[in-house]
Amino acid sequence: MTEPRREFKLTEGARRAGKPPGTLLVALLGLSLHLLLATGCGGTGGAGGPADAVPVGEYGSLTGETATFGQSTHEGITLAAEEINATGGVKGKPVHLYTEDDQSKPEEAATVVAKLINQNRVLGILGEVASSRSLAAAPKAQAAGIPMITPASTNPKVTLVGDYIFRACFTDDFQGRVMAVFLRKNLGVKKAAILRDIRNDYSVGLANFFAQEFQRLGGTIAPDVSYSAGDADFKAQLTAIKAAAPEAIFIPGYYPDVGQIAIQARDLGITVPMAGGDGWESPKLLEIGGKSLEGCFYSTHFFAEDPNPTVANFVGKYRTKYGRTPDCYSALGYEAMMLLADAMNRAPELTGRAIRDALASTSGFVGVTGKITMDANRNPVKSAIVLEVKGGTMVYHGTITPE
Amino acid sequence: MNTFFQHVLNGITTGSIYALIALGYTMVYGVLKLINFAHGDVFMLGAFMGYYVAHALGLARSPSVPGAVLVMVSSMAICGLFGFLNERAAYRPLRRAPRITSLITAIGVSFFLEYGGQMAFGPDPKFFPQVFPKHNIQVGGVSTTNYQLIVVVVAVALMGGLQWIVYRTRFGKAMRAVSHNFEMASLMGIPTDRVISTTFVLGSALAAAAGCLYGLAYPKIDPLMGIFPGLKAFVAAVLGGIGNVPGAVLGGMVIGVVEEFTVAADPWVWQSIGLHIGRYKDAIVFGILVAILVLRPSGLLGRYEPEKV
Repeated sequence: MTEPRREFKLTEGARRAGKPPGTLLVALLGLSLHLLLATGCGGTGGAGGPADAVPVGEYGSLTGETATFGQSTHEGITLAAEEINATGGVKGKPVHLYTEDDQSKPEEAATVVAKLINQNRVLGILGEVASSRSLAAAPKAQAAGIPMITPASTNPKVTLVGDYIFRACFTDDFQGRVMAVFLRKNLGVKKAAILRDIRNDYSVGLANFFAQEFQRLGGTIAPDVSYSAGDADFKAQLTAIKAAAPEAIFIPGYYPDVGQIAIQARDLGITVPMAGGDGWESPKLLEIGGKSLEGCFYSTHFFAEDPNPTVANFVGKYRTKYGRTPDCYSALGYEAMMLLADAMNRAPELTGRAIRDALASTSGFVGVTGKITMDANRNPVKSAIVLEVKGGTMVYHGTITPE
Repeated sequence: MNTFFQHVLNGITTGSIYALIALGYTMVYGVLKLINFAHGDVFMLGAFMGYYVAHALGLARSPSVPGAVLVMVSSMAICGLFGFLNERAAYRPLRRAPRITSLITAIGVSFFLEYGGQMAFGPDPKFFPQVFPKHNIQVGGVSTTNYQLIVVVVAVALMGGLQWIVYRTRFGKAMRAVSHNFEMASLMGIPTDRVISTTFVLGSALAAAAGCLYGLAYPKIDPLMGIFPGLKAFVAAVLGGIGNVPGAVLGGMVIGVVEEFTVAADPWVWQSIGLHIGRYKDAIVFGILVAILVLRPSGLLGRYEPEKV
């Protein structure tokens, strides 16, 4: 039989009469320790590459909350790197790809990019999809003078970090405008609700651009409510939305949340269409949301059934290698790698500065997601595609080109 | 008005899951004076066990009610066993050690489950299958599903069962005796070790049930999903009066409803004072923890007991 903590009570309990129980204070201490530790762990092993190769770094969310973003991008980048190496590499040297997983966490993204720069001595960096993660890592690349291309971060702030940061996709001021025009003009929606993820730079930015344009076109936004990434229950927000009876709901979030929001919205008897941006794009979207997403729309960068021969060629090669249809992140990953290799080939020498200058002068580059010319802020000007969920799959609904 | 009742129902659904988790905190605290911080992760473990059992039974393709019951019962059994082993391996050797040692151990177990879970189950979110057919239900203007109602009904039934065990059975009497005075209970011949083990088993089984119900209501599950519900259930247990069984239930419900109305009030508060109060949902819950510790440390239903010298 065990002996209880008698001595402990005598020494600890004596001064405690009338105060909060001692264990609770200790527990609070533990609680803060727990939170502290829970936010800062992880890391991946190092790698050594061949001496006579061009080192290129990639960081992405291969695991974690938005794992399909990183996995699709990685497949696209790998396919592009193999193609580049099969056709002579960069300036006659093969590209060696260093891949780091940031576990879908911004703080981890900054860490792994520092590692790519300092340890692997990469000459170019590709990543991330999520704007919050690109924003966390971009200052490292900028400070080191290593060009970084984000394949799919659409928040305008990303490339404003500095002149070494580029992107391969359109930006949210365009994407927000596209969805506002689409809802207001094509669907004739007068009143739309917004449900944004307040802890996500992408979501907040896209929601603001959408609201601005939608109101400019004479629509009203009611209500504009928010959740935090990681929430599981959206019924409170959705009940508030239902009470305001909007004709559509704009949800600029990522697919794991969107899928759950759709289910809960339909459970609450909300039948109006939902719409969102490229954060919806994932092979998992319909697996999560299923029938609840029927009749919903989102804007994206790429559509695999596009008859354009460049696209068809890419989709064919991708299907042969991976046995599945590429999503927009596969295409943008491929695009970013190709853009980088193109710039490296045009650069007079393989230094950060020279590659940056070559990238900035990219003009009329024909890619799988459109023709790319970098503007003054290192953003390509491209058109957006609107897809609709219909009969359990995505169907093409239209292309909107920047005016 | 319908909107009001809709919010109340939503709040009670979340609240009943918090309450189930809070019961585990409160029972273990009652007998051991230990805050078992790994409890939220046992909840996660329960959800994953339910997920794997459901897939093993093929319920994702052919949902059935007996299958769903089996999923929940086996998840509770597995987690109950885990609770037993956990107490045996991690806490029993520390029974004579200062409380802080056990507490740090609990945090260790918590990390073991969170990161071991990432290794065993993978770090990506998984989606809990619909283990029995789902229907929409309309009562007046309130929309709900049979899932939401079942979450509440099962949670309330389990809480009733626990209440019965604690106040109407021989074991419950022993548990209350151990909680009241550990040394005296052991001197009177109560097998304190067995009581403590059983308490862990019961608490872990309830957490597992909460995990499965959570999986039904919010199908996305991942190895770190236990952290926030666990912390909120801890707040619920403190709010109700830690060590107090009905208090944990009350605390859970209050936290669920408060969270719901914080978000529900957002549009009005935004219009009147320009503050998005819904964004401070978690801050408000933890604010309650601070307030209750300052104003009424024994909780809503707890009795004020100065510790004797």
